[in-house]
Amino acid sequence: MTLLDKLLQLLVAVAVFAAVMGAVLFVADRARGRRTDLVSGLAFTAPALLLLLVGLLYPAGRTAVQSFFDASSAGFVGLDNYVRIFTQPDLVVVLRNTLLWVVITPILSTAIGLVYAVLVDRTRFESFAKALVFLPMAISFVGAAIIWKFVYEYRPNQQNIQQVGLLNQVLVWLGLEPVNFILVEPWNNLLLIVVMIWIQAGFAMTVLSAAIKAIPSDIVEAARLDGVGSVRMFFSITLPSIRPAVVVVITAISIAVLKVFDIVRTMTGGQFGTSVVANEFYRQTFRLSDLGMGSALAMILFVLVVPIVVYNVRQMRKVDAR
Amino acid sequence: MPAPKSGSTLRRRGTSALAAAFGVSLVLAGCAGSNVAGDGGSDAAGSEDCAAFAQYGDLSGKRVTVYTSIVAPEDQPHIDSYRPFEECTGAQIVYEGSKEFEAQLPVRVQAGSPPDIAYIPQPGLLNTLVTQNPGAVKPAPQTVAANVDQYFSETFKSAGSVDGTLYGAPLGSNVKSYVWYSPQAFEAKGYTVPQTWDEMIALSDRIVAEGGKPWCAGIGSGDATGWPLTDWLEDVMLRENGPEVYDQWVSHAIPFDDPRVAAALDRVGSILKNPAYVNGGLGDVSSIATTTFQDAGLPILRDQQCYMHRQANFYAANFPEGTDISENGEVFAFELPPIDPAQPQTILVGSEFVVAFSDRPEVQAFQAFLSSPEWSNLKAKAGSELGQSGWISANTGLDPANLSNPIDRQSVEILQDESNTFRFDGSDLMPAAVGSATFWRGMTDWITGQSTPDTLTFIEQSWPASQ
Amino acid sequence: MTVVDNPPGTTAPGFADPPSRSAAAKKRLTSSWASLAALVIAVLWTIPTFGLFLTSFRPERDVQRTGWWTFFANPDLTLANYGEVLFGGSQPLSGFFVNSVLVTIPSVFIPIILATMAAYGFAWTRFPLRDTLFVAVFALQIVPLQVALLPLLEIFVGTGLNGTFWTVWIAHSIFALPLAIFLLHNSMRDIPAELVEAARVDGAGHVRIFTTIMVPLMKPAIAAFAVFQFLWVWNDLLVALVFAGGTLDVAPLTVRLANLAGNRGSNWYLLAPGAFIAIIVPLVVFLGLQRYFVRGLLAGSVKG
Repeated sequence: MTLLDKLLQLLVAVAVFAAVMGAVLFVADRARGRRTDLVSGLAFTAPALLLLLVGLLYPAGRTAVQSFFDASSAGFVGLDNYVRIFTQPDLVVVLRNTLLWVVITPILSTAIGLVYAVLVDRTRFESFAKALVFLPMAISFVGAAIIWKFVYEYRPNQQNIQQVGLLNQVLVWLGLEPVNFILVEPWNNLLLIVVMIWIQAGFAMTVLSAAIKAIPSDIVEAARLDGVGSVRMFFSITLPSIRPAVVVVITAISIAVLKVFDIVRTMTGGQFGTSVVANEFYRQTFRLSDLGMGSALAMILFVLVVPIVVYNVRQMRKVDAR
Repeated sequence: MPAPKSGSTLRRRGTSALAAAFGVSLVLAGCAGSNVAGDGGSDAAGSEDCAAFAQYGDLSGKRVTVYTSIVAPEDQPHIDSYRPFEECTGAQIVYEGSKEFEAQLPVRVQAGSPPDIAYIPQPGLLNTLVTQNPGAVKPAPQTVAANVDQYFSETFKSAGSVDGTLYGAPLGSNVKSYVWYSPQAFEAKGYTVPQTWDEMIALSDRIVAEGGKPWCAGIGSGDATGWPLTDWLEDVMLRENGPEVYDQWVSHAIPFDDPRVAAALDRVGSILKNPAYVNGGLGDVSSIATTTFQDAGLPILRDQQCYMHRQANFYAANFPEGTDISENGEVFAFELPPIDPAQPQTILVGSEFVVAFSDRPEVQAFQAFLSSPEWSNLKAKAGSELGQSGWISANTGLDPANLSNPIDRQSVEILQDESNTFRFDGSDLMPAAVGSATFWRGMTDWITGQSTPDTLTFIEQSWPASQ
Repeated sequence: MTVVDNPPGTTAPGFADPPSRSAAAKKRLTSSWASLAALVIAVLWTIPTFGLFLTSFRPERDVQRTGWWTFFANPDLTLANYGEVLFGGSQPLSGFFVNSVLVTIPSVFIPIILATMAAYGFAWTRFPLRDTLFVAVFALQIVPLQVALLPLLEIFVGTGLNGTFWTVWIAHSIFALPLAIFLLHNSMRDIPAELVEAARVDGAGHVRIFTTIMVPLMKPAIAAFAVFQFLWVWNDLLVALVFAGGTLDVAPLTVRLANLAGNRGSNWYLLAPGAFIAIIVPLVVFLGLQRYFVRGLLAGSVKG
């Protein structure tokens, strides 16, 4: 395909899309009378819903069905795959790791992002400071894995051999022996989690910084005039005011954490007791061609997100009721 | 104010962004190239000599897509070696290399959009593809079968077949039973190349006594971590128990945790789990698990931090450019010595296979070309011209002189010597669930402390029931 | 009917800050401890990246043997790594760069347009099962895209779209929709109902309300999501691999860079400059749209 072909494709896409959207909005506009809302509402949401139905719901359904079958989806095996997940030792470790990830990462990322956002709010170098913490988000996961490889890398403490990883270099400077961090179970999980926190704190900071700026300044002003100290200000004014934002951030990060497997895959390949459900899903489906196990693991992910969904729905109902 | 047209604000912004992208693209378009026969490397064969290609007919305007796991820089000699074929027949070969090949190929096959040809790195994967996607993989055409019969030994032919049907001809191969060492270091210390396993152990002890670490090893390889240890075990199985028992082990006629396998693994452990022997220049025993296989042999070059590294002939490519790889140079390799003199000295080999998903005439012609001696020689020359080493072919029509690296030449001579006994890499032949998964994983766990019986039982339990 | 950027009744964030007094109070309270803490966090966050940045300029031998901090003792820099990444290989990087641009831009605009419309539908219209559907859309966020790869690919092959950019655009759009709808819906609901009512009274239908009130007011939220989506698509590898493949035809930058590590060598010295070349564009986009971030994602989600 030449460059011209590609650009043509792009223009065709734009034209087609514009035409479709135009048609949808035209339909929405025509509805009058009692059924205005119904027709308009459906018209507005239909394109997205259609794509989601075909692109996510149908595959999700297929996955659910496949999880009850064997590796090549030929034979029905009932709950066998699930039983394996909860009894096979290395898979239980995978579950444990996933829970570690999903509990630690959102809380720490949000906390650090929030604190940082508050700290740099309205200071002189705010944009630059925020860009620094946001930078890890802009680097692809592959880039992040390489970056942290140069932090955790291990070399023996022998003559003629230098440390290549920053952490071990610090240890050596302190007179300690270098440690092969990747191998130390179960702490190696925490080291990988650190990478994810490093990335997600930028997301939390960005969203929460915007939320902080949206706090009406009269409230802040009033509190200041009352002599409220900065710590109390944070807990009694800032935090409650941005609560919806915090919920959004924790939710988004939790879901991202459940799905991400690139970090684990690139840094340890899932070895040494560091695998998580998402990584195991990828491995079972694409490396071992075991569609049944892979699907069952994906279903576990779906189940893990239910509490998050429920919590969010409750929050939304609360806001609606206000 | 009249209502603006739907979404126009966004679309206006969109259009200006598109215009910007368009402008950028135009600027960059000047640098756009093609992915067919790159500019690196010179002509591998004069375009006048098309007589050898007449048999493929006129394929003008036809396209053949090739999907492989071979990426830059090793892909360049491949792409270059296709040029004479393209020039003489008029066909166009579109080469695509990806490190995600092994995960992506089954997806593409299942979804119905396979490439025309794929270079399969393990027979186990071929087996899986054939059994899970009946009809998708096309059996090798007659021309290819004829070439395989004529130019390749039985070991390779059966590895490229599933249930007796030949699907793929070997592409590039490798000889695995080598131990890399530094002739200069050996010379300086007065060591000689061991001829038997016992001599090798004695040499290791001597090195330890003189204050060095004899062995270095590394099995890190991302998803595939652990595979070098499988080669170790296979080599020892062959040397301790001979080819017949090896075949039984690979085909699951004997269980994976058979006492002979355990004994072989323990013998490997006597070297690799021995803290006095490993891990030269890289750390302790467990560092074997975290050192990448590419880095593992490099301490040989660094002030005698390590003396011996067991690895296939393709390892030559990992030494820095300019390293003197020769019999008296900085680095060379000797054959892993025999253990039991009663067993024939068997060479462990591996190979990639050319497998087709289409039976269009141009695809079959290209397949035939790849299985011919012409191609092997073209590829060897192309690689040598680019200064690459570590690639060989088992095609008996290959002239070793076309290869630049003495280890490669020596390996080809070994492959072409019919009096040698060969066996194909076991983990590559085993079902994918074992050979590309639990075997690797088990070996990694083993080196980081799991016991031999536990490891072998784990692998044995994972063997698919149907096989 | 006029269009206002800042609806009456809310303070435009960042504007109209009462000067001097609260600012002075703020400065007093923002003690040097806070600055120090912020500095520590910023430094900690940047050191790893800075390490890689230095590494990208170091010669191959150095990278394998010594840590990047030794640079300060032995400065030895080279542009060779960047040269090799940019100009080496048979397929020039610029071709992949073009593909990245062509892949990313529609993959950002399409989901945003669709999600904004859908968010409006969920927020400001009423139809049966509306809330259930919204929860379902929200829940779909969890579906890992790997689950959808094979089914989508089958559909694409069936319709003959395979091998074009269409597949990547549609795939990226689908995967972005749940989160986009969720975030935009949150933002949209906080637009004061009075505005909408006023427009209704004027006789505006849903479409007019959408285009003249909603979209302008949603600019910050849309821009914020656009940045995230841009980042995600630009840095994506898996979707590109599955739906685009690796040939110069449609493969983006990430595919090329992932292959850089080579078969035999763990070419960190090439991956380092590769990572930074890839990061330039997202960084520019981020910095360029920074001003929208100030008024960010949840402007107005705070009620007094």
